[in-house]
Amino acid sequence: MVPLSWYILLSTVVFGIGVIGFIIRRNLIMIFLSIELMLNSVNISLAAFSHYLQSMTGQILVFFVITVAAAEAAIGLAIIIALYRHKPSITAEEVNLLKG
Amino acid sequence: MLILIPLLPFIAFLINILFGRRFIRDRAHYVSIPAVVGSFILSVGAFMDVLDGRVINVNLYEWVISGSFVVPVGFLIDQLTAIMLIVVTSISSLIFIYSVGYMHGDRGYYRFFAYLSLFVFSMLVLVMSNNFLLLYFGWEAVGLCSYLLIGFWYERPSASNAGKKAFIVNRFGDFGFGLGIILIFLTFGSLEYLKVFSEAGSILGQKTSIFGLEVETITLICLLLFCGAVGKSAQIPLHVWLPDAMEGPTPVSALIHAATMVTAGVFMVARCNPLFNLSHTAMTTVAVVGGVTAIFAASIGLVQNDIKRIIAYSTVSQLGYMFLALGVGAYTAGIFHLYTHAYFKALLFLGSGSVIHALHDEMNIQRMGGLKRYMPITYWTFVIASLSISGIPGLAGFFSKDEILYRTFLGGGTGKILWVLGTIAALMTAFYSFRLIYLAFHGDFRGSEEQLRHVHESPPVMTIPLILLAIGAIAAGWVGIPSIFMEHGDRIGEFLAPVLGRPEAEGAHSTEVMVMTLSVIVSIIGILMAYIMYVKKTDLPERMGSALRPIYTMLYNKYWFDEFYHVTIVRPVLRASEKVFLGFFDGRIIEGVVNGVPDLIGSFSQRFRRIQTGLLSSYGLIMVLGAIIIIWAVIFSR
Amino acid sequence: MTAHQLIFAYLAIAITGLSVMVITRRNPVHAVLWMLVLFVHIAILYLFLNAEFLAAIQIIIYAGAILVLFLFVIMLLDVKDVEMERRFLGLWPAGVVITAILTLLSVIVLREIDVFPPLGQFSIERIRSEGNIMTIGRVLYTRHLLPFEIASLILLVAIIGAVVLAKKRKGVE
Repeated sequence: MVPLSWYILLSTVVFGIGVIGFIIRRNLIMIFLSIELMLNSVNISLAAFSHYLQSMTGQILVFFVITVAAAEAAIGLAIIIALYRHKPSITAEEVNLLKG
Repeated sequence: MLILIPLLPFIAFLINILFGRRFIRDRAHYVSIPAVVGSFILSVGAFMDVLDGRVINVNLYEWVISGSFVVPVGFLIDQLTAIMLIVVTSISSLIFIYSVGYMHGDRGYYRFFAYLSLFVFSMLVLVMSNNFLLLYFGWEAVGLCSYLLIGFWYERPSASNAGKKAFIVNRFGDFGFGLGIILIFLTFGSLEYLKVFSEAGSILGQKTSIFGLEVETITLICLLLFCGAVGKSAQIPLHVWLPDAMEGPTPVSALIHAATMVTAGVFMVARCNPLFNLSHTAMTTVAVVGGVTAIFAASIGLVQNDIKRIIAYSTVSQLGYMFLALGVGAYTAGIFHLYTHAYFKALLFLGSGSVIHALHDEMNIQRMGGLKRYMPITYWTFVIASLSISGIPGLAGFFSKDEILYRTFLGGGTGKILWVLGTIAALMTAFYSFRLIYLAFHGDFRGSEEQLRHVHESPPVMTIPLILLAIGAIAAGWVGIPSIFMEHGDRIGEFLAPVLGRPEAEGAHSTEVMVMTLSVIVSIIGILMAYIMYVKKTDLPERMGSALRPIYTMLYNKYWFDEFYHVTIVRPVLRASEKVFLGFFDGRIIEGVVNGVPDLIGSFSQRFRRIQTGLLSSYGLIMVLGAIIIIWAVIFSR
Repeated sequence: MTAHQLIFAYLAIAITGLSVMVITRRNPVHAVLWMLVLFVHIAILYLFLNAEFLAAIQIIIYAGAILVLFLFVIMLLDVKDVEMERRFLGLWPAGVVITAILTLLSVIVLREIDVFPPLGQFSIERIRSEGNIMTIGRVLYTRHLLPFEIASLILLVAIIGAVVLAKKRKGVE
């Protein structure tokens, strides 16, 4: 039998990789992709907990996370398109309107 | 039902002020007139109730509860309130109707009716309240409405200045009034009329020390309250605002600055008669201030040329009469005069409004003349009002004025002196009233050709209120016929007796006849003098003016009261404000804080803005750092 | 090592490796394709956790819809090769180190989790007998009905928002 902690460990590592991707990439699409990666790592741990605790709530949460991820992807990509129309570049350094 | 009496005008105010600009505009009177007529009808109902002997004192709602300090919103409807209700609502109704014609086409038409409705509401709260705080609320609210309406044509600097003047001068009086109410609460622990009045006797002899000066508490209370009355009712030395208040539209002058609001002081003193009765000093003060104001204002009225200012000084003078009556303990006479005065003075103002309307805002009577031919209704109603104010037998003013003079005459040594003042003032009253009539309505027209061509009688919507008020100016006095003419003729005195009491001193019938005859003779002399000077020998005023140059100048300049105040109060205050408040407080402290705080924040921001790179990734990095710190803290804090 | 553990080991290594591949690809299209493979692996992991429904929607929605959306946008934007030359920001070593610390700390913390709530009623046998989809459906439409409806609202907002954002505005510019 696989212990629960293995799943959690896997989930943590994948999450960390997602965070690294988010921080180091220049391409906005890649940043988005990293976010999806993080969401997936969380999903793994939720599903694992659901299984080991014999509770359905974890799976339901995964379901909602996927819903939100879909919405978020649609909106985020739309923002990227709008940005691209404004300034034909999708690198993170170029998008710095918040710079103080 | 009774709550509706003040509420109806308030609803009209809300509707007009909220929807007036967009939707109602020129139809504002369709909202306000039914409301105020409705309150009139309800007031008549309330009056009937009181006539049957039902005095109502109800608390509707506890307004302020703070420890032992409880102030309810409550109404007291007794004989005094009932009379005031009738006066206020009946005159308001007529003036609202008149305003439809007078204010026709004005840009602020809806605003005018909104303010006027708010005024009626406030005035009704003032007269109906059953405690001092609600009275004070009404008192200040009518002051606010007065301010708004004096400055109604705010584009004119003179109008907005007059509004400010009225408000600020009233502040002096109201400050005293407020202190008086506080002192009442400190002394009696309550602000409700009935409780205060029933315990008033128990504080006799109690002293209060102000700055080491021992003063009888009751006297202090009365004098402070009277302070408020002096301000609101334009008595010396706070009378200066009322003539300037004539910058407002004429219906406002008629309603607020003649018939109702300015009589609030009289009403208040009459209402507090159980307190005033206990203090001889306060009563004498009231009487003297009233008597001096009566003759003083009348003398100024003799030489003024602005039609509305003449009537304004006449109002001040008549208010002086009312206080004279109150001061000698003849509360009934004072309220009686308040009631008759409301009709003939409103009529005089509306008549002058009709003249001003016809002559396109001409107010100088030297440039009028001969208007009798063109505006017969205005002329005749004006004459009735003038006869009434002069005290010609049979008309309303006669009964109330003679009651006052008679009561004053009975009032001991001081009373005799004040009676002489009052009688001379009566002579002056008759003189200036008829000077106005002869200059404005008789002789030849002295204005421009242009004005003459447009002179016309006012529309029925304005003349009908004039006629109704003229009926009032004739008949209003018939409820107070002296007992020498008719047994139980003084019905108003008997009606008010439960609240105001009866004057104790009763003189012989012969004395009363003597006083009466004298004042009638004096009035007729006044009218005749005016006739001689302004109809027969029209060069006489000119010669008299140059012969008595110093007196004329003094009267024409209103005893230099305004100038005096300007030098002693206005200028020092302005100077001090500029130096101390503008220079020091505003310049250093307020601006120091106002500018200093943003500067501080700005310099901090300058330092911290570097964190804000605008780079998404660095925000992510910082977030991760934050998470590390939190986890670290959690792990190693165990 | 049981067969179970072996397969988990394979999946864990594959998922970790694939994740690294995803975030390091120069061309976003490649990254998305690696992501696709990654998602298939995660779906398999779900099957091991008795979550057939999740495995299915992982493939259908994530792989089938969201990733395709990514591909669409990448094609649409026509990113120049020059832009792709520099993959990483200047701060990448700092990012990697700091995130590694975070991960390490998280592992330390998570290892110590030893308190578990009592087991729920959805035992593996029960789910097997009822069927995973039916179980999820029953829970979703009863206990979690309100969040479910709110989720539909979120999707609606996303649809409208995406249209509004991506629409070409006339007169602007």
